[in-house]
Amino acid sequence: MVKKTVKQVDHAERLAKEQKTISVSQFFERNRHLLGFDNPIKALSTTIKELVDNSLDACQEIQVLPEILVQIKKCKDENRFVVIVEDNGPGIVKAQIPKVFAKLLYGSKFAKMQQSRGQQGIGVSASVLYGQLTTGKSSKITSRTGEKKPAHFYELHIDINHNEPEVIQEKEVEWLNKVHGTRVEIELEGKYQRGRLSVDEYIKQSAIANPHASITYIPPDGKSIKYKRGTEVLPKEPGEIKPHPYGIELGVLIRMMKVTASKTIQHFFTHEFSRVSSNVAKEICDKAGIPVTAKPHSFGHAEADKLFQAIKKTKIMAPSTNCLSPITEEILTKGLKKEINAEFYTATTRPPTVYRGMPFQVEIAFAYGGDLPGDELAKVMRFANRVPLQYMQSGCSITKGVLQTAWKNYGVSQSKGALPSAPLIIAVHIASVWVPFTSESKEAIAHYPEILKEVKLALQECGRKLGIYLRRKKRAADEEKKKSYIVKYIPHVSGALQELLALSDKDEQQIQVILKAQLEKERS
Amino acid sequence: MSPKKTVEVVRKKKADASSKKTLTAINDSATDIFKKIMKKKSPEMTFPIRALNNVKYDPKKGFFELIGKIKTRALNVNTVKAFAQTLRMMGFSKELLEANDIATKREAYYVSKNWGDARFKEQPESDTVMDDVEAMFRINREQLGFIPEEKGGAVAGQLVVVDKDPTTGRDLKIDCTKFGSGAYSVPTSVEHLKFETKAKFILAIETAGMFERLNKHGYWKSANCILISMGGVPTRACRRFIRRLSDDKNLPVYAFCDGDMYAFFNIYRTLKVGSGNAAHLNEFFCVPRARFIGITPQDIVDYKLPTHPLKDVDIKRAKDALKNDPFVQQHKEWQKAIQQQVKSGQRAEQQALAKWGLNYVLDKYLPQKLKNNKTWLP
Repeated sequence: MVKKTVKQVDHAERLAKEQKTISVSQFFERNRHLLGFDNPIKALSTTIKELVDNSLDACQEIQVLPEILVQIKKCKDENRFVVIVEDNGPGIVKAQIPKVFAKLLYGSKFAKMQQSRGQQGIGVSASVLYGQLTTGKSSKITSRTGEKKPAHFYELHIDINHNEPEVIQEKEVEWLNKVHGTRVEIELEGKYQRGRLSVDEYIKQSAIANPHASITYIPPDGKSIKYKRGTEVLPKEPGEIKPHPYGIELGVLIRMMKVTASKTIQHFFTHEFSRVSSNVAKEICDKAGIPVTAKPHSFGHAEADKLFQAIKKTKIMAPSTNCLSPITEEILTKGLKKEINAEFYTATTRPPTVYRGMPFQVEIAFAYGGDLPGDELAKVMRFANRVPLQYMQSGCSITKGVLQTAWKNYGVSQSKGALPSAPLIIAVHIASVWVPFTSESKEAIAHYPEILKEVKLALQECGRKLGIYLRRKKRAADEEKKKSYIVKYIPHVSGALQELLALSDKDEQQIQVILKAQLEKERS
Repeated sequence: MSPKKTVEVVRKKKADASSKKTLTAINDSATDIFKKIMKKKSPEMTFPIRALNNVKYDPKKGFFELIGKIKTRALNVNTVKAFAQTLRMMGFSKELLEANDIATKREAYYVSKNWGDARFKEQPESDTVMDDVEAMFRINREQLGFIPEEKGGAVAGQLVVVDKDPTTGRDLKIDCTKFGSGAYSVPTSVEHLKFETKAKFILAIETAGMFERLNKHGYWKSANCILISMGGVPTRACRRFIRRLSDDKNLPVYAFCDGDMYAFFNIYRTLKVGSGNAAHLNEFFCVPRARFIGITPQDIVDYKLPTHPLKDVDIKRAKDALKNDPFVQQHKEWQKAIQQQVKSGQRAEQQALAKWGLNYVLDKYLPQKLKNNKTWLP
């Protein structure tokens, strides 16, 4: 018995020696698929996506019209590419450059309740890490913050064991044509291909959802494509809001109570959350059976759970929604018009609403006909906070909304359970302070009933407008057909009558004149 | 000249009175349209609707009768094509009648190819317009100079048909017992025929195969009857031939068909009461005294016949008959029979009787069925 116990202790101690914190970088090394680096094709597109998202967000912050260069260069090894993304954003101060690019989970946007493209501060450093893992090469960053400041050049590596940046080279460089901005160069293993899931498509869709941006794209074949700016109007700067009690999870509530500066629970609720007045805070406390003056720091799990349950039972006003920045109907239509040559465009922006305490807003634009292929299924472009979503189309609530819409009502054919069949592009944008993705690689939007409902309502609005257009078009075509009918068949009516009744040519002509006049009149 | 020409000369003598009447009707109708146009009024054509929903069935009268629903085709943008085609078809009919010529439905379709934009793309389109004209004047298409493609039925048995020699105009007696393994073929026009017979009944048979069997074994001799092969849905001429023969000689008519929905409603029902499509002519082209002796749904059970499963179209046809066919609505026996067949989900062909021996049909089945009128359907 005694011996056994000793042995067990030995095991535990030995195990204890092996147990250690793993760095987030190590975790990523093993689980790269979680962030969208599952295969070489996706790795290339994810890298570009992260860099472009960052550039657009950066420009947004200083309210400058984005001027972005995206280049993919082939390396000698055909599985390797160098990705270059350059912007005219604010640039990054020297001291921050290594951390921003070579430390995972470093950023300003994490857990911030504000509509932005990136959220976790993981994407760009994950790309750097991926490049390093697959090619062993370091990433090259150039950044400049202003006219009077020099540009800094860094070559960076990530110390995987400690999730810390490792500076390979650092120097001041001249950057003549750029007053402020950032240029990132990452070499990585990837695969370039065309089609629905390609980088080409991603850039094109980005240009549609961000018509205020000017994007120069140079794919591996070197043939530069310029996506011109469609509007000079910058998107409204999204506001930041405090979390709404309905959107909070128990663990988050506990953490917030630990770190708050508030001395009383009532103060905590009124200051850390939106839409909680002192009265509402008191109501929550009363329902939880906790005095309003209690100190939030002292609470354990039991109290927190009581409060959590009390929140659910308390009626709290929905969060304010003016923090959202929709693309707007006008600008989204402009975006589609400049990239898609169609014959009919329509758009609708739904009023903002709320899911689980999170404000969100849905907007949809259609492009119909023109150069679009008529015998294929409609194409759905999905956007979350202006970022195109390319993968996992079938798992996305946007797609679900499209499938559940009765397209036949709008003169568009649709097989059961399939996308509508028409020369149609359906662009759906969801703006939210927190977009509920189904996974960290941010590819599909989760099926919240509130979101699905808004998507469907927006589709119906655009659908009705499309239906009106299609009916009008059909009517015009019918008119045209009728007109040709008159010309074609009236001579046969008169001719047959002439034969039947042995009429004179004059009578025959007379019949034609009368009938033409009558039928023309009838048409209008 | 060619023999065909001679035939027409004979036809001319006979057809004159009727042709004149038709020509006048065509002329009146065209004049009316012409006058309306000149007065700047919208010209119209009216037709009885040719469908089952425009017929009623009175068992006492015995045929589908129009109930007077009328379709008006006013000349407007939507109807101008059909209007032009109908006038063209009337013109063609006039041409035929004046020249004492005839055209088959197929020929009429090809003639339309000279009409430029008003030509027909497919023959069904031209057939429909022809039927429209026919219905508009409430006459038979033969009176318009149009004849059907198909021949109507084969006849064998105890019958002498008195026809006229086309060249001499003299009576010509055709003995239908003297065709051996062949048969007398019903002409397209049967109005002038006379009959001599001592037969006891007429047996109208759906398939040529069954007719052959009965003919080969001289069933008409042993049963003292006249065999007529309908070859599917009986043509107007075949129906008229049976009708005239049975009326003249007061002979009962028994229909012997497959046991399926097509036989019941496309073949037998059309033979007995006419069709919805030619409702304006049913009075003459029907055989109200016909009775259905088999194959009934009960026969399938009684004779343990090999079957095939009903197809979806059969079931649809059955439901349609129960819901929309005035004939079925008048006859409870038919409703029961349809329901029995749908319930069993099986159909049987008349040749399925061969399971019990090739000649079982003439030795056992027909004698038994003819004796027992309780096994028939009305």
